[in-house]
Amino acid sequence: MNILVYLEDRNGQIRKPSLEAIGAAHSMGGNISAAIISADTSAIATQAKELNLAAIYTASDSRLANYSPRATGCALAEIAKQAKADVILIGATGRGKDLAPRLAIRLEAGYVPDVTAFATENGEIIAIHPVYAGKAQMNVRVTTPIKVYSTRPNLWKASKDAPAGQPEVTNVNVSFEDSDFKERTKELVLAQGKLDVAEADIIVSGGRGMRGPENWQLIENLAAAFGAATGASRAVVDAGWRPHSEQVGQTGKTVSPTLYVAVGISGAVQHLAGMSSSKTIVAINKDENAPIFSLADYGLVGDAFEILPALTEEIKKLRSH
Amino acid sequence: MNIIVCVSHVPDTTTRINLASDAKSMDPAGVKFILNPYDEFAVEEALRLRDKMKGEITAISIGADNSKEAIRQALAMGADKGILVKGEKTDSFQVAKMLADVIKPLNPDLILMGKQSIDFDGMEMAPMLSELLDLPAATVVVALTIEDGKATAEKEVEGGREMIELDMPCIIAAQKGLNDPRYPSLPNIMKAKQKPIQEIQGTAATARTEILQMTKPDKKRANKIIKSDGNSTAAAHELARLLHEEAKVI
Repeated sequence: MNILVYLEDRNGQIRKPSLEAIGAAHSMGGNISAAIISADTSAIATQAKELNLAAIYTASDSRLANYSPRATGCALAEIAKQAKADVILIGATGRGKDLAPRLAIRLEAGYVPDVTAFATENGEIIAIHPVYAGKAQMNVRVTTPIKVYSTRPNLWKASKDAPAGQPEVTNVNVSFEDSDFKERTKELVLAQGKLDVAEADIIVSGGRGMRGPENWQLIENLAAAFGAATGASRAVVDAGWRPHSEQVGQTGKTVSPTLYVAVGISGAVQHLAGMSSSKTIVAINKDENAPIFSLADYGLVGDAFEILPALTEEIKKLRSH
Repeated sequence: MNIIVCVSHVPDTTTRINLASDAKSMDPAGVKFILNPYDEFAVEEALRLRDKMKGEITAISIGADNSKEAIRQALAMGADKGILVKGEKTDSFQVAKMLADVIKPLNPDLILMGKQSIDFDGMEMAPMLSELLDLPAATVVVALTIEDGKATAEKEVEGGREMIELDMPCIIAAQKGLNDPRYPSLPNIMKAKQKPIQEIQGTAATARTEILQMTKPDKKRANKIIKSDGNSTAAAHELARLLHEEAKVI
């Protein structure tokens, strides 16, 4: 089976969800190659040569200096044909979830979004993906010969193994039309140093129990001690205390971190839907009847304003060893 | 400006999902259905653009008779007319193809929709339509400006925003924060009952994926409670210890 993995990059580095997609590819087994598409692919290709890949395909055009979903989809389809890919994996980032369905249409292939696990049944690939904000999941089979999947971040181990041999780099000539650049990314503005909840390994989230935005330092300090991203419940986002990008829940983000710490969050159905697939859940709340405790692995009943500083110290001590 | 808004009919966010007897879908018994929350931002944006630039808004939904409810809500917010496309929709490609076939002859200037429907969370419609209709698209849009035949969209990405310029006609998938959707006023709800909803039979394309089973995750949680009893330091210490030694997450 030939598996092609799309490598997304940012600030000159291959993004972690793409490395995790390589890990997912290895769990499926087969001949694994990667695709790099940009104005100048040499730096990323050099990084890719250190990864456990059988081959690397590149496509470049100066017009790709600014990311274009349509042009990237066009190039990726060409590469997939050249690589005779049976399966194409794309990390389910913001760009990935836009790119993957486009690729599927161009290749007339079936697509399963936001896959959280793969299984095999009768020699066929079964993709599992959450629906209804994670309240349920579907086992899906792609019925076309070529299959496209986007893989949810933080669920597979980022593959950083060395290659078995020297992966060959093949440049694919893609003839772009001007109309392929009908969408042009002009600028990428990043909030410096802020880790996004959708990709974080650990999340510390605050809710109404924090009483006001002026108290968020306590959440941020604990997050910093953990090396975590900060999240928020819908109530505090709607109240204007925290930005929407931090909202976890059915109308926010669905997250799958290794550890989720919910502070002053009562546990509405919609919030639980967004974080219920977390590996370990900790709830801190002064109300012992808060629904969140039924979903927690560890529940701390007490005053967040005293617990957070104490816990921050404990985590700092632990992580400094 | 000829604006199309794609809307869908989805279970309310408080719904506890129960499996239907075929174990491949949700049991709709007792479920309250609503207009997909992300589509509300799309309808609102259409209304604002129509107010500024004059035009007509058509709300389109793919589904069975009950999908008319979603169209009615869009009409109650202020859309002018609706189209219900009845057809088999077992996968997202079928929905995208039916939408593309209905939209193409209408020659819209702008197509709006929510970034995802909260039932299947695929985020596939806008990119698929982009390829099927050969129109540019931006997804997860939190700000939109239309000027001189070009659209500028602000897309939310991990850790920041991307500014995207698109040629028109284009497709925009709305994210929360794009605007504040209006509540339909009572007069508008009454007016909506008179607005036309055309019903068309859609031609189903061949599905490209198949649902084998739907399950509910039933991860067992330890539910270990630590009471602070006034000694937060000791409780914090115990939690940290458990996270390190037992859960092994730090």
